Amino acid sequence: MATVTYDKATRIYPGTDRPAVDQLDIDIADGEFLVLVGPSGCGKSTSLRMLAGLEDIDEGAIWVGDRDVTNVQPKDRDIAMVFQSYALYPHMTVAENMGFALKIAKIDKAEIRQRVEAAAKILDLVEYLDRKPKALSGGQRQRVAMGRAIVRQPQVFLMDEPLSNLDAKLRVQTRTQIAALQRRLGVTTVYVTHDQVEALTMGDRIAVLKDGLLQQVGTPRDMYDTPANVFVAGFIGSPAMNIGTYQVFDGAAQVGRGRVPLSRDVLAGLKEEDKNHVVLGFRPESLDRAAPNAEGAIPVEVDVVEELGSDAFVYGSVPNEYGDSKDLHFEAGDSQLVVRIDPRDVPKKGDTIWVTIRAGEQHTFSAASGVRLSSGGVTTKSSPQK
Amino acid sequence: MRLGASTQSYTPYPGPMPLRITGAADAALIDLPWSVPLSAWPEDQIAALPRGLSRHVVRFVRHGDAVLAVKETNPHIAHKEFALLRELERLGAPCVKAVAVVTERTDHAHEELSAALVTEHLVFSLPYRALFSQGLRKGTLKRLIDALAVLLVRLHLAGFYWGDVSLSNALFRRDAAEFSAYLVDAETGDMHHSLTDGQRGYDLEIAITNIAGELLDLQANDDLDDSVDPFEIAERISQRYEQLWLALTETETLTSNIPLHVSERVKALNSMGFDVGEIDMQHTEDGTALTIRPKVVDAGHHSRRLLRLTGLDVQENQARRLLNDLDEFRTLHIDAADDESFGAHQWLTRIFEPTVRAVPRDLRGKLEPAQLFHEVLDHRWYLAQSAGHDVPMPVATASYVKHILPNKEDEVAVLGRSLAEMTAELPALTAEVGTTYAPRDAHENDNTHGWGTVPEPDDAEPPVVRRQTTRKPVTATPRARPTSATDE
Repeated sequence: MATVTYDKATRIYPGTDRPAVDQLDIDIADGEFLVLVGPSGCGKSTSLRMLAGLEDIDEGAIWVGDRDVTNVQPKDRDIAMVFQSYALYPHMTVAENMGFALKIAKIDKAEIRQRVEAAAKILDLVEYLDRKPKALSGGQRQRVAMGRAIVRQPQVFLMDEPLSNLDAKLRVQTRTQIAALQRRLGVTTVYVTHDQVEALTMGDRIAVLKDGLLQQVGTPRDMYDTPANVFVAGFIGSPAMNIGTYQVFDGAAQVGRGRVPLSRDVLAGLKEEDKNHVVLGFRPESLDRAAPNAEGAIPVEVDVVEELGSDAFVYGSVPNEYGDSKDLHFEAGDSQLVVRIDPRDVPKKGDTIWVTIRAGEQHTFSAASGVRLSSGGVTTKSSPQK
Repeated sequence: MRLGASTQSYTPYPGPMPLRITGAADAALIDLPWSVPLSAWPEDQIAALPRGLSRHVVRFVRHGDAVLAVKETNPHIAHKEFALLRELERLGAPCVKAVAVVTERTDHAHEELSAALVTEHLVFSLPYRALFSQGLRKGTLKRLIDALAVLLVRLHLAGFYWGDVSLSNALFRRDAAEFSAYLVDAETGDMHHSLTDGQRGYDLEIAITNIAGELLDLQANDDLDDSVDPFEIAERISQRYEQLWLALTETETLTSNIPLHVSERVKALNSMGFDVGEIDMQHTEDGTALTIRPKVVDAGHHSRRLLRLTGLDVQENQARRLLNDLDEFRTLHIDAADDESFGAHQWLTRIFEPTVRAVPRDLRGKLEPAQLFHEVLDHRWYLAQSAGHDVPMPVATASYVKHILPNKEDEVAVLGRSLAEMTAELPALTAEVGTTYAPRDAHENDNTHGWGTVPEPDDAEPPVVRRQTTRKPVTATPRARPTSATDE
């Protein structure tokens, strides 16, 4: 087991100017589960492949433990790429399926058997070791496939969207299993996904990337509570955060007829290039119903109510007779806003409800740069707190 | 439902759901039972069921005269693989021909069904497991690995990282005494501008592991003799790959006789079956020497020459064999010696076509015409060795057709047992070849006999002649072969 360090690691593909991964700096602790997440083309898979040795590192370095592996061939890095879909060989026993690759590395039989048994114990496969894969359930087969990587006893596991070809139900099951297994094994793991829910549920820490640049690293809680910029705010959380750009009047953001007060820090942080605007973010679950025209309340005209039993969501719009409607940009659609409400007290389509943002759950960003302005301190830790 | 493929838009479906084929070249695709999960498709449409543990449902489906492979997967993977296969085809890499992607399928209860990728079956191709049921010799096994190494080099030259190199993710075609391999499953692959050493090395590492696993699995099922060392065979791919890669990409530093060296290098690559499109030449920094490195190499040197001369579109080693016979023909026939094109035409009409057409219709599913011609040449050699004198082609052909061919397995559509046995079409004609020749049907003018009378072969079995020592099959339990054509 080992730490992994990206030290200003950069990948520039031949024939391109912009780096696919630009000066990536992350320290991953021994035994940590780090998830690289971001939209397609953000550089997350490239970052993983740089660690695996499949992509050249054009600038900077990558370390595994105290060893600089920047110019080391993949097979000599002591790293295992874990595939969700290994072929299992139908005529070989589970033990043979798990252990045969060790013979290529010239490991002796007794040692192979011992490693296979140890892995089988962790994977709950001991009683199946002498059976053929045909006798196993789908989940057990997947564990055999994991076993093939585990018996190699690598320093680091790498997984690149391992759940992408599973159906939704199996995906949820398997992600729980992988996370539990990783904690039992305690092997440093780097996991790539485009799915922020997967990232939040699996990772000890999450690194969000966009356009080859690291946006923020932190625990799932950090990412949710104090997103470092508008991109992370919009990317993490489901349903997505309501985000809009508003004019600042008299120390408050003007949201339709509502006025949302801004803290002194925020106001002090405004710069000329912000042109007296801020980006305001608030999660659907950070809103409370309020009396009409209450202090700081925003009016929302109800378009659709989505009832999920445990929750209900209002999809509405902010009537905007004062403000400039082009300034309203929410994830759900321009000037549309999502509010989680009590499923036992549901408004009708066409009603107007008033909501206030719960104290401390308001996120304010610079209109010019998208960087977080609100207090609470962004915890962008490129080193783990372990 | 939505079908994504190549040419134009088409909306003919009267059913309840809006159906769209984006450019499928084959409108009849729409008649397949897309509203039924693939695992439940009616048996009269299924050509064969692949066995083994598969990560996706795959079925071979009869479709007009052709056989299609249909794979259920998620839409993202299906589209990605479709695009990759199309790109590889465009680059002339040997791979499956992608036909269409079918998405937005629903069943009769409007439940969503998986997307599907449709590819075309490659005629006369063999899954590796089918070869192991035919009394495979160790040398043959090595040739399979060699073919896979050539395929991997060609894919890597094209910038394709495979990610799951294995015998079961390829199909094999007989290619004279060798095999040619074709990529079947591109799901795990990626196209790159060029591959890093790490990517190439990792593909090889995966190949070694997978091949060892596949051979161990054959041994576990007594399909492969225990005297074969799976690890030794698996390592072979790495050696063959490195040799070929070096030969194709090595930078040489030259100080004198440069034109000669360059032409030697080109000749060496030609003899390995590659054409050199571009060579990079650079002065060394001190200006005293020149470095040369082939920049663009294309496989198919001999097959292109044969195509240009005769219109026959065959594989590389078959082409090499046919060209040898053609050259020999021209040395023996004064009238064919001067003009290469005229000589080639004479050989085609006087030797090749009569040989191929001497095969009765019911035996034509056994081997491709070019492969058959290669085998007749071999047979002729055996007969001549035994007789102590040359045997004319018509006699050798008649003997082969009577005694050897009926005992062969039908190989026109061998659909196999392993997981990803989907299939490919030969790479399309390249722009360089153009449309000078329409692909030629070797059986055209059915059964006309270019030699006039058909010689009557001996009733006696042909003599057994071995070229070297007797080699034992390494498949432990060679499957019984049909004893005569009537068993087919």
